[in-house]
Amino acid sequence: MSEALLSARDLTVRFGGLVAVNKVSFDVQRGEVFTLIGPNGAGKTTVFNLISRIYQPTAGGIRFEGEDLIAQPPHAVAALGIARTFQNIELFEFASVLQNLLIGTHTHRRTNLWQDMLFTGAARKAELHARRKAEEVIDFLGLQRHRDSMVAGLPYGVRKVVELARALCAEPKLLLLDEPSSGLNVEETEDMAFWIEDIQSDLGITVLMVEHDMSLVSKVSDRVLAMNQGEVLALGSPAEVQAHPGVIEAYLGSTDDLSSLRRQPA
Amino acid sequence: MRFIFKTDYDQDIRLVKHGGQAFWYGLLGVALLLAPWLLSEYLLAQLIFVLIYAVVGLGLMLLAGFTGQFSIGHAAFLGVGAYTQAVLAAAGWPFPLALACAATLSAIVGIVVGLPALRVKGIYLGIATLAFGFIVEEGMARWESVTGGNAGLHVKDPSFFGWTLNTNVEFYFLCLAVTVLATLTILNLLRSPTGRAFVAIRDSEISAQSMGIHLARYKTMSFALSAGLAGLGGALYAHKIKFLSPEQFSIIQSIDLLLMVVVGGLGSVHGVFFGAIFLITMPQLIAIGKDYLPESVGQSPGLQLVVYGAVLVAFVMFEPHGLYGRWLKIRTYLQIFPFYRAGMFKRQKAFQKSDRLK
Repeated sequence: MSEALLSARDLTVRFGGLVAVNKVSFDVQRGEVFTLIGPNGAGKTTVFNLISRIYQPTAGGIRFEGEDLIAQPPHAVAALGIARTFQNIELFEFASVLQNLLIGTHTHRRTNLWQDMLFTGAARKAELHARRKAEEVIDFLGLQRHRDSMVAGLPYGVRKVVELARALCAEPKLLLLDEPSSGLNVEETEDMAFWIEDIQSDLGITVLMVEHDMSLVSKVSDRVLAMNQGEVLALGSPAEVQAHPGVIEAYLGSTDDLSSLRRQPA
Repeated sequence: MRFIFKTDYDQDIRLVKHGGQAFWYGLLGVALLLAPWLLSEYLLAQLIFVLIYAVVGLGLMLLAGFTGQFSIGHAAFLGVGAYTQAVLAAAGWPFPLALACAATLSAIVGIVVGLPALRVKGIYLGIATLAFGFIVEEGMARWESVTGGNAGLHVKDPSFFGWTLNTNVEFYFLCLAVTVLATLTILNLLRSPTGRAFVAIRDSEISAQSMGIHLARYKTMSFALSAGLAGLGGALYAHKIKFLSPEQFSIIQSIDLLLMVVVGGLGSVHGVFFGAIFLITMPQLIAIGKDYLPESVGQSPGLQLVVYGAVLVAFVMFEPHGLYGRWLKIRTYLQIFPFYRAGMFKRQKAFQKSDRLK
């Protein structure tokens, strides 16, 4: 197998006494859709925040394309080729959809402050280039009619798509999707599944996502990692993981031994 | 109702979006060029103040309205610019050079003040800038060898290469040129990646960061530009008012500046100009109104502050988008008459916004 795009080794993070993520290791291969599942509080979003460098890991490391990600400041992560969405949508509310997408292209900016202030020919050219990229994404996700609307006035489902679009505008190698289907209705979730498949097959972008909707997970994922209370439960194809006894236990509880779910005091 | 048929991305980048705008801004430009011959000496002086405050307001709007960083000590930057200009003019420096120095020095001070902004947010940033304002005011009062202290400092007329601008008309055109250039610079910034990065920081720092925006760099940049514009306005202010003393740059001035951008409409360049007009005309209106009030109210010393406070509270409560927001509503009402309805500009509550990561 070729070298993994992203590899986490023994990733651990503690918030005070709480071990949110405990010795989690996994590899995301180029071109695959890799999904993290697990009950609430399993540490899935924490893993995302570790990758986008919002949190500092207590121990362990993450390598992206062979480079040490932990050594990078948070704003440099996008330039390496990692874009993300947020569980509760973090759009720029008082800007238009188009402006949001153009901010997505920020990591590819080619002008400096002085060129911007004078709006030189280079700035105009860069602006047109960014706009063409944004328009490609608008076409890809069918956002044409919302192009000039303010985000603050858009319904939740559209905002989700705008956030996905903004992440795509960064032209990432790895796309982190934090619960892409949360708050969406059945049809919107189906659209989301098609887009994730297209992102993988047409755009060739590797996807790492956190998701609760198992039908979406089994439809698009190549591999699934199940977590519970900060630890890895199972790793494999969607069907394998869903059949894994530990996963069933984590979600539903076991009849004979409830105490196995609880973390033993160290 | 105007519908713009777009066939080119350039149409969205252009500053003038359609013929109607070209016509009205052209008309405004002609009116401003003819103003010295149309207006009385007194009104022209008021217009000069509007332009000067607009330059300062552009700076504060960039910081507060577009980057979301509030400064309650902006008069300090105004003061730094004004005193620099006064001292350099007295030393015989040509005017353009002194102006550039005043703006640059203010910008440098802005960077220094911007550093705490990297660590503190919201109300705490307000407190930090407030403290800074007091420090600078005190510094201006105590550093007598340079500023003349509380006795004040006389400012020479602007002159360069043997040409002295000593009439109101000449000075008016100077202010007009500076204002137009400052406005164009801000408009250029706002349609380019730098300006969008500022807006991104205002709306969500966490996602701005994950979009690759270096928060510290852009916040500092915003502070520097804002302070630089305040310094530029301060330099013009010094020449206009001809006499500087520290109490002109007190907290009252800072609050006036903040009032200007809030009443004008946070997050809009038009709002700066509406706010500046408001700030300059309000004292005159109050002076006129005084005569109609009972003497115990009309002649009391704090009347202006009370009115300003009431206006600010009223705007925050009833028209958070300021005079510009009101103007947009009136314009929309006229454009789509008779289909305007009351809820059209109501914004959805942003209940989805996450605050877990802050």
